Amino acid sequence: MPHQWGMVIDLDRCTGCEACVVACHAENNISTVGEDQASRGRAKHWIRVERYFEGEFPDVKTKFMPVLCQQCDAAPCEPVCPTFASYHTIEGLNGQVYNRCIGTRYCANACPYNVRFFNWYNPEWEKPLNLQLNPDVSLREVGVMEKCTFCVQRIKAGEIQAEAEKRAVKDGEIQPACVQSCPTTAMVFGDLSDPDSEVSRLARGNRGIKLLGELGTLPKVTYLQKDSWHGSENA
Amino acid sequence: MAAKTPEQITDDLLRPLQGASGRYWSFLALFGGVIVAALCAFSWQVYAGIGVAGIRRPVFWGFYITNFVFWIGLSHAGTLISAILRLANATWRRPVTRCAEVITVFALSIGATFPIIHLGRPWLAFWLFPYPSERGIWPNIRSPLLWDFFAINTYLLGSVTFLLLPMIPDMALIRDRAIGLRKKIYTIVALGWRGTPKQWHRLESAMQIMAVAVIPVAVSVHSIVSWDFAMAPVPAWHSTIFAPYFVCGAIFSGIAALIIAMALLRKFLHLEDYLLRIHFENLGKLLLVMSLLWFYFVFAERLTVWYGNDPSEMTVFWVTQTGSFSPLFWLMVVCNFVIPFPILAIKKLRTITGCVIASIGVVIGMWLERFLIIVPSLSHKYLPYSFGTYRPTWVEITITAGTFAGMAMLYMIFAKTVPIISIWELKAAPEAQSHHAPALAPVPDSGAD
Repeated sequence: MPHQWGMVIDLDRCTGCEACVVACHAENNISTVGEDQASRGRAKHWIRVERYFEGEFPDVKTKFMPVLCQQCDAAPCEPVCPTFASYHTIEGLNGQVYNRCIGTRYCANACPYNVRFFNWYNPEWEKPLNLQLNPDVSLREVGVMEKCTFCVQRIKAGEIQAEAEKRAVKDGEIQPACVQSCPTTAMVFGDLSDPDSEVSRLARGNRGIKLLGELGTLPKVTYLQKDSWHGSENA
Repeated sequence: MAAKTPEQITDDLLRPLQGASGRYWSFLALFGGVIVAALCAFSWQVYAGIGVAGIRRPVFWGFYITNFVFWIGLSHAGTLISAILRLANATWRRPVTRCAEVITVFALSIGATFPIIHLGRPWLAFWLFPYPSERGIWPNIRSPLLWDFFAINTYLLGSVTFLLLPMIPDMALIRDRAIGLRKKIYTIVALGWRGTPKQWHRLESAMQIMAVAVIPVAVSVHSIVSWDFAMAPVPAWHSTIFAPYFVCGAIFSGIAALIIAMALLRKFLHLEDYLLRIHFENLGKLLLVMSLLWFYFVFAERLTVWYGNDPSEMTVFWVTQTGSFSPLFWLMVVCNFVIPFPILAIKKLRTITGCVIASIGVVIGMWLERFLIIVPSLSHKYLPYSFGTYRPTWVEITITAGTFAGMAMLYMIFAKTVPIISIWELKAAPEAQSHHAPALAPVPDSGAD
């Protein structure tokens, strides 16, 4: 059975430090767009930390929620793409083939999580920043949609390594950049098809909720939290 | 006024083809200039990147898709109306059909360019064609955009045929009178028409078949355009009402466009004896029906959303009813209902001027409706953290203006090369031009045939 990669994010552990955001930018060659374009909503963050406030001043509680592509099993972004740029891989990832993308942006409209990002211009890196680009990740040209891949380059590298050593991929061996960089280990990544993996164990727990789960998108990211934002049944 | 003789009809309707005034050329230059500006804007967008347009996350569709839906909607003026009137054997339709069918062909061609203009990589638009390629994949038939591609192409093919068929006898008429290069051109487009009984019979059957065939195609086109939205899980898009709602809106804006076009033709080509008040009045009544139907759809859609009280849909609901989009929403209601309804409902106000005022309102209102379906939903989609806004840039505005200029220019050129009123159809029913011919009256046996 192919792997089914999934993630658990413990909101009770998240401090909102945004280390995951920085790590993701570095790992995945996500170009920055500059102040002006960012203020126009053109910034690209494959993972973002959403910040919500509860209560009235001075009794305010801040909640942080890292949101990335949920790698839905019933992904609304996939069927709407006319060119199969957005498609479902055998390992359950929402693949995005940059070369097939013609830029209809339909997938981004269909995505309820707003985790798809468009290249409004050709990306640029000021010298010498171009030297820090990750050679394992392709660059995206203007007019192409991009989004979180669960660091598919790391997944593939881990699988190839395990195959070369004639063994199965060990639980926790593969870590996307965001998971690796999380100082509070709020994020756990692993194989959901293995019932004994840490991610499966945590996702099964009664603290788990799916973001916008009522839409039936079957996300593969599970959020954990003690006091639910979405009603007492998850408490 | 006495009915015109066939010779008079021919002379009157061929006159626009004989030379053009200075006014014509200056308008042509004006519209041409706007089109050139729009082409420059599009070239700049291709060169610099789609970022020069105002669309941004999360409003990934803006003016371009609004224009797309608007123009495709407008294209329901002609073919659908003309086909229904033909099948209903409404004799008053005769001077109206061709100017309606031309709107269809041009509006559809213009509308179909927008899905290409809005692409991030428009140079790869041909990947929607299902052709065996080195890339080894077909287009995704699950995507509503692909349904669009096929529906629009089918409708374009159908409406071009539907326009050209009844043009053949008129082309032959011009061929017989023209000389020089014109004669050569019109000889080709007349397709060897000699007016034999066999040819008339074939033309009649072909038109009958096309009139029946084109109606389901027209309905399917705007249903599929609506499904571009209704198939996505976006608040206030994901609704079963969308297909009939869009078809209704399309016919609504189509009739309005037809009334405006007819009024302009009447004035500029001096067709006062052919495009009569009765035509405007009858189309005005149709427009009234569509206005009521439109209001009914909007009311039903809003009421269901409000009663359902889904939090994400209610966010979009309030932002359009009372929030930042409410000025546009209420302007739309005024343009689509408050202005046209009394004008068209009161017989005294249902004059040519009245119908034109109502129609201008409807065209503006229907453009706003498309905008209000697309932008508020996209900018308020589920997670409040990523709510956004949208403002068009000069690039989008110029391209939008360019398409209106393009429509006007194509229409002007067409009216100068083809008789905009079907000469042979008019001759076949001289009673249709009588001032007092009631709508849908049976043809009196005047022995004119």
